[in-house]
Amino acid sequence: MYKKISSLIRKKILEIAYIKKANHIGSNLSIVDILVVLYKDQIKKNNNNKLILSKGHACLSLYCILNYFKFLSSKNLDKYSDNNSVMMSHASHKVPGVFFSTGSLGHGLSYAAGKCYINKKDKIFVLLSDGELNEGSNWEALLFIAHHKLTNLIIIVDYNKLQGIDHVDKVIKLDPIDKKLKSFGFDVLSINGHKHLEIKKAIKKKHKKPLFIIANTIKGKGVDFMENKVLWHYKSLDLDLLGKALKQL
Amino acid sequence: MRKEFIKAICDQLKKNKKLFLLVGDLGYGMIEPLVKKYPNSFLNVGVAEQNMAGVAAGIASEGYQVFIYSIANFSTFRCAEQIRNDIDYHNLNVTVVSVGSGLEYGKLGYSHHALQDLALMRTFPNTKIISPANEFELNKSMNYIFKNPGPKYLRLSKEETVKYTSIKKTNFKDGDWILIKKGKLNKAIVSTGNSLKKSFELSMFKKFKDFYIYSVPIWSMKSKKLHQNYLKKFSELMVVETHLEDGGFSSYLREAAKNQYKLKIKSISISPKVVGEVGDKAFLEKKYLRN
Repeated sequence: MYKKISSLIRKKILEIAYIKKANHIGSNLSIVDILVVLYKDQIKKNNNNKLILSKGHACLSLYCILNYFKFLSSKNLDKYSDNNSVMMSHASHKVPGVFFSTGSLGHGLSYAAGKCYINKKDKIFVLLSDGELNEGSNWEALLFIAHHKLTNLIIIVDYNKLQGIDHVDKVIKLDPIDKKLKSFGFDVLSINGHKHLEIKKAIKKKHKKPLFIIANTIKGKGVDFMENKVLWHYKSLDLDLLGKALKQL
Repeated sequence: MRKEFIKAICDQLKKNKKLFLLVGDLGYGMIEPLVKKYPNSFLNVGVAEQNMAGVAAGIASEGYQVFIYSIANFSTFRCAEQIRNDIDYHNLNVTVVSVGSGLEYGKLGYSHHALQDLALMRTFPNTKIISPANEFELNKSMNYIFKNPGPKYLRLSKEETVKYTSIKKTNFKDGDWILIKKGKLNKAIVSTGNSLKKSFELSMFKKFKDFYIYSVPIWSMKSKKLHQNYLKKFSELMVVETHLEDGGFSSYLREAAKNQYKLKIKSISISPKVVGEVGDKAFLEKKYLRN
């Protein structure tokens, strides 16, 4: 079931990305399985749990999920990146189902921390990118979250090891990210970010400290010529490549 | 003015518990009455203004009115993008509070001088500038803040302020000019915030003694048009500001006037040179305030 949804979402992302000549395709494909689990299991119309997509450039993936789970109409989704629509190419709170606009990296975590500090009832999930962790504001927020033991805030980092124009290890090394976060005061889990069952278990794990999930992922997941390629942070699809990509999903 | 600010928040907390003050590890000797009485409405987030602004946006999104408090440069420039994207563009009920307008922190050096803060904060479309001249204007302004949700920039003076009594208005509104002294000419001295002190000093000179004096405590991008009601009455304005002319209050009034009136707008502002020497407020103002 989860696999089937992931596959549908990936196809939808590619179709829209082709039509709209959109980029950030690799970043979008990387987080699909995480989003599927979050919206299938945790974030529902009848609860107040929320996702803050701090890596706002991967919003197409989120919009497709919101559409699948009926937060966002297909009519709206079809307007993605169109002039005079609200369907911004970085996550926008004008889009039904999105609560906080992002795009400039390093903003989501502090906002979520504020929500969780004042409201301990609802769960807030924050999805960060690995490159995003270069931004100092995240580390201000992480200190704050650990200090105040905000256990209803669950952080997931999409650790695909590629950032804007190069490998994370070559730009600003994050490893050992697990040890860093443990020393900050987090319960840290390292999982395969494409295995739905692992994601499900990680999110449900009982924790006394705030939870930080390192989701090891593959940028461009699902399409062999996109996987682990920096190029697909920027490149858009032509018809030939779209056909080749869809066959694999 | 800082103590009155804390008192106003405490008074409001008696009526409305959905109020919150965040400080960036500053406010020693000021915040204690609030911390003691309302510990659950206060948090020191530490020396981390980007996080403070983001956390404020998060708390405000849960239905709270939030104040974030620091020395002027830190609560504005250090977290400018969080203020723009997370607070202003989301139109959240957060008031950025700054202490030490202009050259008030003179001897601490340029890291602590607030000479461009208005230029920054007045370009955020939903943000109202709240710049009271004294404790009386502060209290009126706080009423305005409590009654009108949305982003605001409250610029507090830490110096002794100048009092005035000739006041008719009961409630302050965005774009109001408060008449402080009637003049005999169709000319006026206008200021925002504690620059009113300078307006009084200026009015002692023969050349300015028959000028009207106005104080403008609340203004914004959205209220620019309203200022035309006042601007059209005069042939000459002398704007006094403890801020650079570029992007400051005099520039704002020139934009509001749009050259459509036979009006000369002159200004006394801080010279745009980087302050490189030590000096207290009086020394630096003498050296850097220029027309």
